[in-house]
Amino acid sequence: MTITYREALRMGLREALARDQRVFLVGEDVGRYGGTYAVSKGLLDEFGPERVRDAPLSELGFVGAGIGAALGGLKPIVEVMTVNFSLLPLDQIVNTAAILRHMSGGQFAVPLVIRMSTGAGRQLAAQHSHSFEGWYAHVPGIKIVAPATIDDAHGMLGAALDDGNPVLVFEYPALFETAGELSSARVDIAHAQVRRQGTRATIVAYGASVPKALAAADQLAAEGINAEVVDLRVLRPLDMDTVLASVRKTRRAVIVDEGWRSGSLSAEIVARIMEQAFYDLDAPVARVCREEVPIPYPRHLEEAALPQPEKIVAAVKGLFQ
Amino acid sequence: MTEFRLPSLGADMDEGKLLEWKVKPGDAVRKGDVVAVVDTTKAAVEVEIWQEGVIEALLIEPGTTVPVGTAIAMLRVPGEAPGMVPPAAPAAASPPVSAPSPKAPSGPVSAPAEATVPSARKPVSPAARKLAAALGLDPDRIEGTGPHGVVTLDDVERARGKAPPATASVPTPAADRAAEMRKSIAAAMSRSKREIPHYYLAETIPMQRAADWLAAENARRPLTGRILMAVLQLKAVALALQGFPELNGFWRDGAFQPSKAVHLGVAISIRQGGLVAPAIRDVPSLDLDRLMASLADLVKRARAGNLRSSEFSDPTITVTNLGDAGAESTFAVIYPPQVAIVGFGRVAPRPWVDGGEVRAMPTVVASISGDHRVSDGHRGAAFLVELARRLQEPEKL
Repeated sequence: MTITYREALRMGLREALARDQRVFLVGEDVGRYGGTYAVSKGLLDEFGPERVRDAPLSELGFVGAGIGAALGGLKPIVEVMTVNFSLLPLDQIVNTAAILRHMSGGQFAVPLVIRMSTGAGRQLAAQHSHSFEGWYAHVPGIKIVAPATIDDAHGMLGAALDDGNPVLVFEYPALFETAGELSSARVDIAHAQVRRQGTRATIVAYGASVPKALAAADQLAAEGINAEVVDLRVLRPLDMDTVLASVRKTRRAVIVDEGWRSGSLSAEIVARIMEQAFYDLDAPVARVCREEVPIPYPRHLEEAALPQPEKIVAAVKGLFQ
Repeated sequence: MTEFRLPSLGADMDEGKLLEWKVKPGDAVRKGDVVAVVDTTKAAVEVEIWQEGVIEALLIEPGTTVPVGTAIAMLRVPGEAPGMVPPAAPAAASPPVSAPSPKAPSGPVSAPAEATVPSARKPVSPAARKLAAALGLDPDRIEGTGPHGVVTLDDVERARGKAPPATASVPTPAADRAAEMRKSIAAAMSRSKREIPHYYLAETIPMQRAADWLAAENARRPLTGRILMAVLQLKAVALALQGFPELNGFWRDGAFQPSKAVHLGVAISIRQGGLVAPAIRDVPSLDLDRLMASLADLVKRARAGNLRSSEFSDPTITVTNLGDAGAESTFAVIYPPQVAIVGFGRVAPRPWVDGGEVRAMPTVVASISGDHRVSDGHRGAAFLVELARRLQEPEKL
């Protein structure tokens, strides 16, 4: 069955709501409006206002309410419209959800899933185009997942609800219109995955950068460089076994990160490759990141500020010449 | 003009392979400057120069293995004019094949030009360096085709097709290094047991006071500033030795040469097998903090294979400490040309008679192996008594 990334997300939500009465969805405009990105369209009619709840414009309040509901035995799915607005409930996420199990000596789990859209590429300008997955991946106590494929967009939500701990699911508006085959394979939220086999270089990417990495690998193949693409999928905890196995095979790595370079998730991955695979490398590890500027509004400048297949191709070729 | 000869970096070293020059012709050097890195069978060692002057010429190239005593560089001492290289090539026991002889002075200028070696390290990728070492190829001689001329894996693979079979001066892979180290330990220890008439003494020393003092002291310190019992033991040995010159020094050319300074060799086991015993210099003058820092630094660098030449040749006596995981006592083998070695077993609670009663108390068995050509058991025993006394006054260490 061929569906879009958006439809895959909606299908995952519908299945989660249908499977377990404790699951409910809460967020701004998720009910009557059907979701800012139309992900939850139709779910209010299907499951009713108890299960699909419109929240007031107070992220700090409704994320906190979600944590309370999780502590009380429910399985909330909280939608924060975009990662840009998640800076308001940052205290609830980092200081409460991530830490309560520790602070209570293991007495309280927080089985909470927070969904939010992230990333740039849709001309939403500097305040609505952030990529802060790397910030959240810094925090112990939460898991961070980044679906880049139809299967992951569909299946990661269920796996997150089954986890029993706070999981942040980052959704990529840049991918919402992409379509693909939905398979029946179960997905986990533990492993990175090789999306394309290769021998000469490893391109590590996540989220909206994965299709760009695959496009770059196609171009490189035409020029005789057979590149492997690793989709991180889970940004915390990182599955370095998969990354290192690939790098040890190809001996070269380019990390693609839509976030800013300084202090980014890509920096962490480079550091771990240095720590664990330095002697297997045949070239310094390279990175393709967001330019260190606020995202510009004009399309051509926005595109110039983001990782693009051409930049990835150039970075990989730079390892050879 | 003076020849700078490859120094012996330990009793068990017959030859060394030059890995890298740290100086180039024209560089001014002072006593103690590191001029080269030489691979002995035990580790890559930084070689210091012991004379002031200006490097006139480098006589061997990196990758060359030469016997100890071979002239490896020419040094112009203060007052000499440049370019005065003696016409005859420096005499060496067996001149290395690749050593270019310094040219006779055909003109007053630029005499050393031909003998120079590029001082910047050639870029070689880590994977290429590893493969080259495994294949016995010198990566510095492989043409690099990567960015900025980096030697890559592909370059090594290409060179492998053309290269002559591995020669004597190939880099030593890790497995070989372990075997080499075993060989050199075997040589030094066989020589010791063949030549040195050892006597052995041991004394059980109560450690309650030292342990209490150390616990109180460490409780006051930040985690990173804490000191180990081994540090107290090293300091006590060094101070006690000051009254026993016949235990501290070298047996050379059929005679004993006492040393005024106490440079303690510390036996450090290497994870891949084997051990080294580099020196901490002038231990009596170090307070416990500095001794702890020196010890930590030495262990770290020893295990990283990153020691300096003087640290190998300096020890005037060695201390071996079995530590918490060790046996009760040790009777160690003297490392020639030293004339004694002190051993400590595990510090552990044991029965101890104190005031007519048996009590459980931490004790340690300290031992000394002495060279009977230099000292007698009577003096060795007196040393152990003095060591025990010092350890009862930890606050004075």
